[in-house]
Amino acid sequence: MIPTPHIDWFALAPVNSLLAATGLALLCAVLAPARSRKAVTATLCGLGYATALGFAVALYVKSAHGHGVVVDAFRRDRLAELTAIIVAGSGILATVVSYRERWREDHIGEYYALLAAAGAGMIFFVGANNLLTLFLALEWFSISLYILCAIDRDRLSGLEAALKYLIIGGFGSAVLLFGSALVYGATGAIDFPGIAAAGHEHDALLLFGLAMIIAGLAFKASAAPFHMWTPDVYEGAPTPLTAFMAAATKTVALVVMLRILVTAFPGDAYVWTRALAVIAVFSLVIGNLAALVQKGVKRMLAYSSISHAGFMLIAVASSSSLGARALLYYLIPYAAMSIGSFAVVAARERELGVPVTFANMAGFGWERPLLGISMWTFMLGFAGFPLTGGFVGKFYVFAAAYRHGWTWLVIVGVLATLVSLYYYLGLVRAMFMRRTEDLQLAPIGGSPPRDALLQTAVVACLVVTVGSFFAVQPLIDLAKHAASSLPF
Amino acid sequence: MTTALIVLPLAAALVIWVLPLNDVSAGALALLAALAEVGVWIQLAARYDFGQGGDLHVSYHVGVYGFSVWLTGLTVIAMAAAIAYGFWAGRDRLRAYLGLMLFLTGAVVGVFTAQDLLLFYAFFEAMMIPLYVLVGVWGGPGRLGATLKFVLFTMAGSLLMLASIVVYGLSQNTFDLVKIGQSSSNWVFLGFVAAFAIKAPLFPLHGWLPDAYRESSPEVAAILSGVVSKAAAYGFLRIAITKFPEPAQHYRAPILALAAIGLIYGSLLAFRAPDIRGVIAYSSLAQMGLITMGIFSINDLGLDGSVLQMVNHGLVSTTLFLLAGMVERRTLTGELSRLGGMARGRPALATVLLTTGVIALAVPLSSAFAGEFLILAGVFRHGWAWSVVGAVAIVLAAAYVLRLVSAILHRDVGPAVSDAALDLRPAELGVVLPMLACLLALSAWPAAITQHSFRGDRPQADVAQGFK
Repeated sequence: MIPTPHIDWFALAPVNSLLAATGLALLCAVLAPARSRKAVTATLCGLGYATALGFAVALYVKSAHGHGVVVDAFRRDRLAELTAIIVAGSGILATVVSYRERWREDHIGEYYALLAAAGAGMIFFVGANNLLTLFLALEWFSISLYILCAIDRDRLSGLEAALKYLIIGGFGSAVLLFGSALVYGATGAIDFPGIAAAGHEHDALLLFGLAMIIAGLAFKASAAPFHMWTPDVYEGAPTPLTAFMAAATKTVALVVMLRILVTAFPGDAYVWTRALAVIAVFSLVIGNLAALVQKGVKRMLAYSSISHAGFMLIAVASSSSLGARALLYYLIPYAAMSIGSFAVVAARERELGVPVTFANMAGFGWERPLLGISMWTFMLGFAGFPLTGGFVGKFYVFAAAYRHGWTWLVIVGVLATLVSLYYYLGLVRAMFMRRTEDLQLAPIGGSPPRDALLQTAVVACLVVTVGSFFAVQPLIDLAKHAASSLPF
Repeated sequence: MTTALIVLPLAAALVIWVLPLNDVSAGALALLAALAEVGVWIQLAARYDFGQGGDLHVSYHVGVYGFSVWLTGLTVIAMAAAIAYGFWAGRDRLRAYLGLMLFLTGAVVGVFTAQDLLLFYAFFEAMMIPLYVLVGVWGGPGRLGATLKFVLFTMAGSLLMLASIVVYGLSQNTFDLVKIGQSSSNWVFLGFVAAFAIKAPLFPLHGWLPDAYRESSPEVAAILSGVVSKAAAYGFLRIAITKFPEPAQHYRAPILALAAIGLIYGSLLAFRAPDIRGVIAYSSLAQMGLITMGIFSINDLGLDGSVLQMVNHGLVSTTLFLLAGMVERRTLTGELSRLGGMARGRPALATVLLTTGVIALAVPLSSAFAGEFLILAGVFRHGWAWSVVGAVAIVLAAAYVLRLVSAILHRDVGPAVSDAALDLRPAELGVVLPMLACLLALSAWPAAITQHSFRGDRPQADVAQGFK
């Protein structure tokens, strides 16, 4: 008889509840009558995320001392649980925003099933404690996302996006896998603490593997120069899905990067901190400069997400508990602002039926004041204005860089922020300072859809964005506890 | 009390945005809130013990010093006038407009009362949010370019300040403005100075000024030059010279030089400006140079004088911009060449404009004379040349103010002035007369400010101790 390891089912509960939602949604995609299919599967997906959120909160409370479970393949600690909370929250919002999307609905059941599956993969990903589970989880959520991009077959841009994402994402995964193999070759260990304990810090093979792992994860975090897929995929994918990818994928990629670098490669910190600082500078420069010249709002937001990857990488690169705290805090308003801003874009898209550009946002702020003011707040938050969590996030990131002795990185960040104002405020200008008559476009017809679900999601994002500024202390405490599960 | 001063306008702004009021009730509510704000300030000033100098609610990290009492007073009075005028002039989308004005009031009061660096920065930036929209939505035809320039200039400064705040606060392990120690770092000092010099503005950094003042509505221009620019002067006083005594000494000469150049250059441009707003805008540049000179003289006379002059200039330029708006409303132009002869048959306009103008050009016995005299006496200690520059500028001020007044009121009747253009209406008088009354009161008793701004009336010692 084969001895089976002890399994801590509670630790896996968030993942399993999402997997259950996936299975049930797939069943309903076949069994439920066509007219109620969307409602049933969306509810299942939302419930799956809500259950996962509940379990993640419970786990956060009960995991003050992080430890490995399932023969140490998976970590149960506050870092993983806080990230799971962000992912599950993003998932709920993405489900809600998706509901009234205007698309062909013959695969709507599969859409929600895969959305839940992607979330399950991401939550598993942040708990990964060895190279095998890491790669398994990475492929798990990536493949779900590839299919989700292409699920609306009428939409050519979605197909193109999915193909690009598949090819480039597949390449990124391959690089990561190759790097893992090299690391295993160098150390003979696949679990993160084991790699650190093997003590081959200066081994060329190990360093090469480390570089490839960083590159593979940077693909997922869409940090420059590994960002090429981001604008096309963000633009082409269905907007609610873009919202989910921008918030959740980036979150888990950055958190996993932090975890693997700190737990598996502490001896090589002098290498990877510098490497990440360089990647961060690349992301800030490329993201901001390219965003300046975009005409499409989704593309602008895509480049802005690249530049935010740069900001968050500064936090990772500072390799300190302050940096980890900065990253984890930053992710909370960042996820809310991303989902919220893409949701507003989705609302405008549904009104006009064409891709949203700066030009056709004219007058939007006055026509739909709630969405307009929310978008305004999200833009201010991205730009790091006070009264939004974006300010505190940037402040913490700069503080972490300064403490690490990198004043120059603070200066780069400040300059990048300055450049970013041009396009963030440009959108505000388009929404509020141009008249609707400037818009050379007729809406699709009928009154604008009254989309209470989407508006609720946007308001929730608004509350998180502004609330994270006023509730700094509790959130910083959360981030601090989460960061303390890493060995600094 | 201080917190109430910040929260009241913000709460009123929210109420006005959220409740579906019609324009009249929204305007009445906004005006009521603005007047209540003035009332709260009077309470605060009446209870404030100027001799002791510090009712610091450190737990909230807001509180006031003697000079911040006067600056918040200037803010609430000027904002009340601006809100009243905006309501009377009937701007489009009045609810949004007045809400933003109230939001701005709260932010500016916050700047003047924040006792924590991060809170200060938060309010300093929060001022930008309503200003950006107020200029960009309700401005003139060139508003888009004007807002862009304005925002990029000022944000460049504030972000440098943010970098300075990070470095300064972390190296001192606190962000509390009361507790934080003094620093001798030149770079950190320059980061702060850059932000304030752009906001003020000081001479080479005034590129945003003419467009922003010309393109915005008159009451927003009034607030920009009268109140928002004082936030920069306040920053110089509260942070730059107080927390960085050594760098302030070290860079005194270049800063005084830039301020002096701005003073002369601004006065000359004001003399040449073709329109009313241009004259007031450039005179604002000149006056901010003078105030900065007073602050960087870092002695009793200069500091007292600059605080007095901040309040004076705030009231004067707010009144002048509002009057400019009233004239433009009647003639549809601000070009001086097309104006003239408005005094005949319009006694109220003529009297108010001339009185304000006379105070602006600092005739003896006016409060502006007291302020400028103190500043010149203060900089005299650092070399007679500075005072000579200042004295020349006062002569130039007389020239440009008289040119402005005579171009509007006297000479032949201009082509844009029709006989149908009325005298100031009672509502307009109701807006400008209280401001004028404040100016006259200050002229009668400038010591109200000069002797009640610093603890024990010893500004230099107070600054040297970091307002502890």
